Amino acid sequence: MTSTDQTRFPAGGVSAPPAGRRPAGRPSSRRAETRRKWYEIIGLTTPALVVYVMFVLVPMGFAVYYSLFRWRGVGPPTEYVGFKNYTLAFQDPIFLDALRNNAVIVFGSLLIQGPVALGIALLLNRRFRGRAVFRLLVFVPYVLAEVTVGIMWKLILAEGGTVDALLRSLGLGGLVQAWLADLDVVIWTLLFVLTWKYVGFAIILLLAGLSNVPHELTEAAAIDGASWWQTQRHVTLPLLGPTIRIWMFLSMIGSLQVFDVIWVTSVPAVRSLGASGTMATYMVDNGFFARLWGYGNAVAVILFVISFVAALLFQRFLLRRDIEGAITKGAN
Amino acid sequence: MATKRRAGAALALLVTSALVVAGCNSGGEDEASSEGELYKNPVTLTWWHNAPQDGPGKTYWEKVAKDFSALHPTVKIEIEAIETNQLQRTRIPAALLSNDPPDVFMSWGGGEMVEQVEADYLKDITDQVKTEVANIGSAAEIWQVDGKQYGLPFRMGIEGIWYNKDMFAQAGISAPPTTFDELNAAVTKLKAINVTPIAVGAGDKWPAAHWWYNFALRACSVDTLKKASKDKVFDDPCFVKAGQDLKTFIDTKPFQNNFIATPGQNDPTSANGLLANGKAAMELMGDWNRGTLDNVATDKAKLAKFLGWFPVPAISGSAGDPKAALGGGDGFACSKKAPAECVEFLKYIASPEVQKGYAETGTGLPVVKGAEAGITDPALKSILQATSEASYVQLWLDTAYGSTVGTAMNDGIVGIFSGKGTPEQVVAGMKAAASK
Repeated sequence: MTSTDQTRFPAGGVSAPPAGRRPAGRPSSRRAETRRKWYEIIGLTTPALVVYVMFVLVPMGFAVYYSLFRWRGVGPPTEYVGFKNYTLAFQDPIFLDALRNNAVIVFGSLLIQGPVALGIALLLNRRFRGRAVFRLLVFVPYVLAEVTVGIMWKLILAEGGTVDALLRSLGLGGLVQAWLADLDVVIWTLLFVLTWKYVGFAIILLLAGLSNVPHELTEAAAIDGASWWQTQRHVTLPLLGPTIRIWMFLSMIGSLQVFDVIWVTSVPAVRSLGASGTMATYMVDNGFFARLWGYGNAVAVILFVISFVAALLFQRFLLRRDIEGAITKGAN
Repeated sequence: MATKRRAGAALALLVTSALVVAGCNSGGEDEASSEGELYKNPVTLTWWHNAPQDGPGKTYWEKVAKDFSALHPTVKIEIEAIETNQLQRTRIPAALLSNDPPDVFMSWGGGEMVEQVEADYLKDITDQVKTEVANIGSAAEIWQVDGKQYGLPFRMGIEGIWYNKDMFAQAGISAPPTTFDELNAAVTKLKAINVTPIAVGAGDKWPAAHWWYNFALRACSVDTLKKASKDKVFDDPCFVKAGQDLKTFIDTKPFQNNFIATPGQNDPTSANGLLANGKAAMELMGDWNRGTLDNVATDKAKLAKFLGWFPVPAISGSAGDPKAALGGGDGFACSKKAPAECVEFLKYIASPEVQKGYAETGTGLPVVKGAEAGITDPALKSILQATSEASYVQLWLDTAYGSTVGTAMNDGIVGIFSGKGTPEQVVAGMKAAASK
């Protein structure tokens, strides 16, 4: 992505021969080449475009359309209410609680997972016996299905469950909480479960980034007398920047849209009291369970707009250098 | 992170169900056959029910479909079994919108059925099922809209309190409470022997909400309740009184700890599990509880020995009818364009023989006179007796008021349980939802 010269031409081996060697009297061959290039572009992008339009853009359009109606999902939508569903959402304290919970998860994930993942990745990047096993173990929670993780933690955190028993056997009985029932505690419990589930992904991403750090640089630093810490701080970390920023981006978008672990681990009552619900669970609770289809679509659109704006801002200010040439600027 | 794709999928659920509307506008018409040519042409009935778990319920419906096809070889029945929440909240609404709905599907009556009838989704079966309706009695009214019959029940019962007889004996409670004063006294006695008096699955919202429903049933007159179901008007002060009575009751601390996160059924940590495994003395629940308790009991024989049932106690000096009860049931309805054979199939399910077989599965109480012979369990027998003695059966309030008001009501009631909400907020939430 750094050298635009190499990426200017589409894949498929259509590279123009040096201009000087092209026979001046055959412009038709150049035209044929251009045409072939377009066939290739159309042939390769059409299937993806069709799928994208059918399953992403059209449903989005429908969502926006339905969100303007008072519609219970019985018969076609007829009762146009304008933006009433949107104002209702922002007047509902439970929706505002969901927004706050999403914010806790977004920032909590970045602040906890980031340093933890970085530390473990740096550790696992060193050579030691059993490294492969550790790398595998760290990644296991990420591979497990969300619903499996949700049910597992629900049982572990249940009253008198594994966590309580463990704390008591360590003499820390005073720390025992109603992990999933205390309305002030539950969001932090869920943040812990989400961290446990997704920190492996951050670690693998950072490990991949670390393997791209040239050996020569760390060697040179070592020759110059830098300690291991100094090498990490001044050589490895700066080179890991793009990977960290991409992880932050994925983590943020995932946290805004998080649904399944919350849905499975936290019971409906606690969600409906605003203690643990997110925008996505609020959407399903209201759209399907309260049968407010128009309203549910409005919440879906709000969720989309928030994620979209967050993604754009992130790209504009933090990912700018990493994706330069790919999105922000056309090939020159 | 990669939840993105899954959360995205959930997000897309709402919008793709909308695509169904746009996409499937064919089929249906060709299946219709008129009354005169019943069983002349081969037809296929698609049947959606809510017993997907392997067990007596699912097996029995398979047998019913097979028997019906054997009786009428022109009819082929295709079953799809879907978990209740999914069936009620997403599959049936989306299928009805699509113009290609199943022919026979579950119906719970009440507010939802009113909306379905208004959208012209259901077949009016009034004239064909007069015999069956007469045999079912007043319970059939739940599947009526404006005096017309749109579905027939196969299971129906009132709710009451399931209790542990052994614990009652230990605590020195001589007879099941008949008034709330006696219930409060029983709670005190059970606490004295260190037993959790009542298990409630407030985590799932509705098991907690049913306590409020019963206080409303006691506080409100039958006329007020009937009017509320019909007009969705909740101005009568008895609805606030229900919340106040509930709050007073919760303040006596009759429930287990952290009930706000306890699920209702299907899991050993649920309220069902607490009663079934001797960790709580009582639970308020419907007639299906006999089967769901069995599912979570570690010792089924022991459960069968200690399990008892009594009706929800009366409140002395209240406006409500002390003999009124809350109840509800499961039924089936035919979609508008379903072939005429569909109605014959509904009648077959509601026939005494099929109902007797259903009662024998032990998954719920039958609705037809003459099917009681299939019931052997003593607790179920006492429910059957109480059902027949009830002066008025009020459909579960959340079903009666429809999902939108029902959800707001249940959320408000959970607020009272959590200590955050007030009785007034429940009613305010219901009124707001009615206009949403």
